[in-house]
Amino acid sequence: MSGIKLKVLVGLVWIFVAQHSNAQDVNELVRKVKAKLDLVNDYTAVGKMKTDVAFIKAPVGAVKMFFKKPDRFKLQRNGGISVLPKGGVSFNMGNLLAATGFTAIDAGTGEVAKIKTRMVKLLPNGDNNDVILSTLYIDESNLLIIKSVTTTRENGTFEMEMSYGKYATYGLPDKVYFSFNAKDYKLPKGITLEFDDADKAIKEKMKGKKGRVEIIYSGYEINKGIADQLFK
Amino acid sequence: MWTHLQIELYKIFKRPRTYLAFAAITALIGVIQLGLKVDGKEYTEFVMADFATSFSVDGNILNGYFICYVILQLLLVHVPLLIALIAADMISGEANMGTLRLLLTKPQSRTAILLAKFLAAVVYTLLLLIWIAIMGLLFSMLIFGTDDLFLMKSSYVVIVKESDVFWRYAGAFCFAALAMVTVAALGFFLSFFAENSIGPIVATMSVIVVCTILSTMNIPLFNTIKPFLFTSHMNNWKEFFDFKVNDANEAIIGTIQNPQKIIQSSCILFAHIVGFVGAAIILFRKKDILS
Repeated sequence: MSGIKLKVLVGLVWIFVAQHSNAQDVNELVRKVKAKLDLVNDYTAVGKMKTDVAFIKAPVGAVKMFFKKPDRFKLQRNGGISVLPKGGVSFNMGNLLAATGFTAIDAGTGEVAKIKTRMVKLLPNGDNNDVILSTLYIDESNLLIIKSVTTTRENGTFEMEMSYGKYATYGLPDKVYFSFNAKDYKLPKGITLEFDDADKAIKEKMKGKKGRVEIIYSGYEINKGIADQLFK
Repeated sequence: MWTHLQIELYKIFKRPRTYLAFAAITALIGVIQLGLKVDGKEYTEFVMADFATSFSVDGNILNGYFICYVILQLLLVHVPLLIALIAADMISGEANMGTLRLLLTKPQSRTAILLAKFLAAVVYTLLLLIWIAIMGLLFSMLIFGTDDLFLMKSSYVVIVKESDVFWRYAGAFCFAALAMVTVAALGFFLSFFAENSIGPIVATMSVIVVCTILSTMNIPLFNTIKPFLFTSHMNNWKEFFDFKVNDANEAIIGTIQNPQKIIQSSCILFAHIVGFVGAAIILFRKKDILS
């Protein structure tokens, strides 16, 4: 009987140790990813932005993005009118990991865009954080975040998928796909002064599709210094 | 006929009421521009209240192109009255003044005389639209600047690239010209039946009001006749401001979402013009001017 108890005890200890070491592993992994992102103090990036929201017809536009440590980010359209989902696109990995303290939980492994990734649930420690939970899909061998699913208090849940190229050493993506739940849109006809019914096929196409914003970066200027005034 | 057209134009532009229309347009557009210059932000916030809860819009929404769109939306409902003032007076005015018999003593066919009169009304209509374009588009561009055109339709939002807007306005004004010439043709046709100007002017406006109500009401009984009413097609200048998108929802620059709708509406409006003017000519040729 005592032998069985001992085995159970050893088993429990083993599970605890294994889990604890896993937690340590993912914390270490997130720290390493953060250290990689920390190589970038600031950047200015140029690229193209494509808004794919069912009820928005918009042309592809040139954009300029600015980032400065710890968490300042600005996206500017080079001329023209831009429509962006509130809060979401200005969110980036630097912002999340720059948050003061987080708890990382191992959530197993997964595959994103044919890349084997470790899934890490990230819980910010602060109570006042806008981010409630974020799941990161990390390419362990290259220390790159391939995908993130983030739930926020103000702006709902959104996904980001990133693909990397020549700026991978800094953890900066070449492409970002940002997807979010877009509410259906309707405006009274009395305001638009449109009294005829729009084509049914168009109307159907406009309904309930997930919104996506795609940013294709064509170049970065890293650690060249950016004035604080730019973010005001 | 050219000489007669010149005479008719002279008659039109000798009347003070002709300039009243241009003054009214100037005042209306000026008021809209002033209002939007002073309180335009509140207007856009009101229109975008629902949209702004989920999206942030960056850029100069209240630019000249947008202002012109608002002006056209509001004005093209009221301009028919200004057109009717002249067009519905073309025959009835002559009858009222007792100059119809004298006019028909000229060595020209009744058809030529009537066509010259109608062409004069068309010239007036086109000049009125050109004036709207100058005031509504060019002045707005000067006052408010230019940027992409941000339009909120009842079930979706369209952002037209700045470089892709101007030709759309050219097309929209051409279409609006066709729509307004239809109103002129209606007024011209109705002016045949009266011997004073007020009757045809009021009749023209009444027909437009009734047909507009029928066009806007979504009742199955009226839905069958809607496609044949010219008022159902007059607002289709807006089709120029909607473009096609590809499978990835990317805007295809330089396209129109529904060109066949514009073509169809243009054909129906043109048919109305031919119908009204043709009927007026047929009736006028048989008209007894001696009694």
